[in-house]
Amino acid sequence: MTVPETNPGPAAPGGAAPLPRRSSLPRRLLRNPMAVVCLAVLALVVLASVCAPLLTSASPTRSSLNDAFAPMGGSHPLGADSVGRDILARLLYGGRVSLLGGAIAVAVALLIGVPSGLLAGYYRGRLDAVASWVASLVMAAPAIMVLLVAIAAIGPNTNAAMAVLGVILAPGVFRLVRASVTSVREELYVDAARVSGLGDARIVRRHILPVVQAPTIIQSAQMFGVAVVIQAGIEFLGLGSAGQATWGAMLNDAFANLYTAPGLLVAPGLAIVVSVAALGLLANALRDALLESGYAVPGARARREKAPKARKAARASTDPAADTGADDGDALLTVRNLKVTYPSPGGESTVVDGVSLSVRRGEVVGLVGESGSGKSQTAFSVLGLLPPEARCEADRISFDGRDLRRLDRRSLNSLRGRRIAYVPQEPMSNLDPSFRIGTQLADPVRLHLGISAKEARERALALLERVGIAEPERVHDSYPHQISGGMAQRVLIAGAVSCDPDLLIADEPTTALDVTVQAEVLDLLRELQQERQMGLVLVTHNFGVVADICDRVLVMQTGRVVESAPVRRLFTDPQHPYTRMLLASTLEDAPPRTPLPDIPPTAAPVQEKV
Amino acid sequence: MTAVSSTAPAPTSPPNLLEVDGLVVEYAAKGWRRPPFRALRGVSLDIRAGETVGLVGESGSGKTTLGRAVLGLAPVTEGEIRYAGRVISALGGRERRALSDEIQVVFQDPYTSLNPAMTVGDILSEPLLVSGTSRADADARVRSLLDDVRLPADAAHRLPREFSGGQRQRVAIARALCRDPRLIVCDEPVSALDLSTQSRVLDLFVEIQERTGVAYLFITHDLSVVRCVSHRVAVMYRGEIVESGGAATVTAQPQNPYTRRLMLAAPVPDPDRQRERREQRRSLATAQGG
Repeated sequence: MTVPETNPGPAAPGGAAPLPRRSSLPRRLLRNPMAVVCLAVLALVVLASVCAPLLTSASPTRSSLNDAFAPMGGSHPLGADSVGRDILARLLYGGRVSLLGGAIAVAVALLIGVPSGLLAGYYRGRLDAVASWVASLVMAAPAIMVLLVAIAAIGPNTNAAMAVLGVILAPGVFRLVRASVTSVREELYVDAARVSGLGDARIVRRHILPVVQAPTIIQSAQMFGVAVVIQAGIEFLGLGSAGQATWGAMLNDAFANLYTAPGLLVAPGLAIVVSVAALGLLANALRDALLESGYAVPGARARREKAPKARKAARASTDPAADTGADDGDALLTVRNLKVTYPSPGGESTVVDGVSLSVRRGEVVGLVGESGSGKSQTAFSVLGLLPPEARCEADRISFDGRDLRRLDRRSLNSLRGRRIAYVPQEPMSNLDPSFRIGTQLADPVRLHLGISAKEARERALALLERVGIAEPERVHDSYPHQISGGMAQRVLIAGAVSCDPDLLIADEPTTALDVTVQAEVLDLLRELQQERQMGLVLVTHNFGVVADICDRVLVMQTGRVVESAPVRRLFTDPQHPYTRMLLASTLEDAPPRTPLPDIPPTAAPVQEKV
Repeated sequence: MTAVSSTAPAPTSPPNLLEVDGLVVEYAAKGWRRPPFRALRGVSLDIRAGETVGLVGESGSGKTTLGRAVLGLAPVTEGEIRYAGRVISALGGRERRALSDEIQVVFQDPYTSLNPAMTVGDILSEPLLVSGTSRADADARVRSLLDDVRLPADAAHRLPREFSGGQRQRVAIARALCRDPRLIVCDEPVSALDLSTQSRVLDLFVEIQERTGVAYLFITHDLSVVRCVSHRVAVMYRGEIVESGGAATVTAQPQNPYTRRLMLAAPVPDPDRQRERREQRRSLATAQGG
């Protein structure tokens, strides 16, 4: 199984240019103008509150009836309220109360929610059941009522009320943390850490906390905003600590004098709105910054990047690998000099570069290559299914004499499904989980052929039977999650051939299936293709599949066709070094390893299943 | 390589490194009073030092569960797993962690088996630091490991996502090797890789084994992969081992009907031989009644 290193490929040391380093979270955050404004506003609020005694000499609580409703200016820069207290001082000192209250609520919520969420998510079992039950109970209780009852019991104390609010907010944190932990706990790297002998505490600290951190920070910013608003509400109702200058109390005073001095509403109202809005928007910006980095946000796993790096194009047009298929009138599908490019940070990356192919009626053409060779992109171009940012150029893409590039969306849709059909790689993700299989089969047929629901149902049942499903009625009425992957692929094939297409494009149709199922699905594809004289384009990486079903093969490497040959010639006399390398990498004919010297193979026990 | 055998009772017969004896693994089924799902139904298997035992089967056959049971990641309902003569299927947390010196793992998916937020250097040095190696020694060891799996030395400072699938799998292999284990459970380690990468990574596995004498439990769905890395092969079907023996015997002249079906279903890269194989498969299917 030695492989000639004709293609050092991505595994070559030093071959991979270092990607731009991931910039740190704060730096990414600072690149977002919204975040900068929010941070500046919040910093201003904090600073002003902390430095209140330096900014004003007035006392926030000392009233002087002479100054009642004093206008702005003089000793009262923002005026005075109904009992002559300085508004600026009340605003500044009120900020202290608001910030402290918010901080208490968030701290209590985090102190309860994070550890309980971590433990419940990591150990699950009974602990999880109990914790989740308690969380649900707290969440179900009406928050404001609980708060008012608590205040009635404790007495008017803002900080105590905020601590109670923290308890009420804790289940939200618990659920968030628990969900993040449960999802990351399933990751293989956590299993690997356990096999590495790491203790639970260390696994949680090193591998799980970083994932929980991000969503928790976002949640905290939002909770802070909520806490500020609720606190203002409590104080507005007069349930806060007595004798304290607060934003809520200012609102209360303003409300009492709404008709005589409506201007009193402005200062506390603005203070609350601006701080809460800044917190909310900051939370959004944080989430964006975290998503951008593509890590540490649950559900956003780092995935293989589809588009490979840009390549030097420029190759002689006299391509030795020019498609040897018919270039005459009886070609069903003809593609000439197809080029697909994607915008990339460094300009443009070309994923398909000058591919030509043609498929005749009743012919099976294989597109074979490794990941990043552009084989699926070629297939998608024909189907018109490339993502919007892709640029697709070609001298010609014609189907049965019609130029596909000139068709508008409507005419293309009438071709797709009706005359050109598609079988995808992942059967399960290509069935909508919320509809019965029968519906998913019948709808396109009704649309394309304009037949009645009853006829469509009969047709669907017949198709299901045709693709070898034992109980068509049952499968027809099932939801996708109720059937196996092999069966789902049969359903998709049934759907693909339901309108008697002339051309079938199958993108790795058997890759997700077990080998025994793969063999059956290939048999089915071959039978249908021969019975209906369909052209078939089969995208695959498996040379066994190629040998099994294809008439002609195009070998693709980094966006170009490097070799095109009838199937027999490809295997007996491969021309291009890359094809040879790939064929040499197949293991089917590699010599088996012999048993370790000191046991003869006969000594190995053979157990028969009864 | 320090062996556990110094503290364990001396094994009586010449050493099987790992012995699995009548292993049953059950998972609780969802739903009230549903009988548990039996993933393994009495599986027995042994691996000797320096040997590769291939475990082949289709999805749902229980092959991954067997690997996870050996790693202590799956609950053992009945039966025993012995490592170097000592029962390891019912160990407490601390004792189990001590075994991480001896038994390691390479998982299938090189995209999720490496923590995306840690550099390759941190990933590789973490198991060393846990076991009390000094920072300097760990760094030196990481350099030599990267060299062993043919990755450039500057790989240590980069994140997993900067590497291709094959390179990530090399990182995973390096992590498994970092404490000189005597057994590595390889769970579909090349299934997610491209053809040419796959054969290079398999070469690396064999080369490491020849150099260090590590044993592999090599789990895969692909008969051709198992054939070229394994000394012996066991075939699993619905939670049981239905056939086992030398790699050549099991993969070329299988006795069990299921193994025959499995072999004939795998397409060969040769149109004429594949046509023959297809016909054999069909006649076997007819003989077996579907």
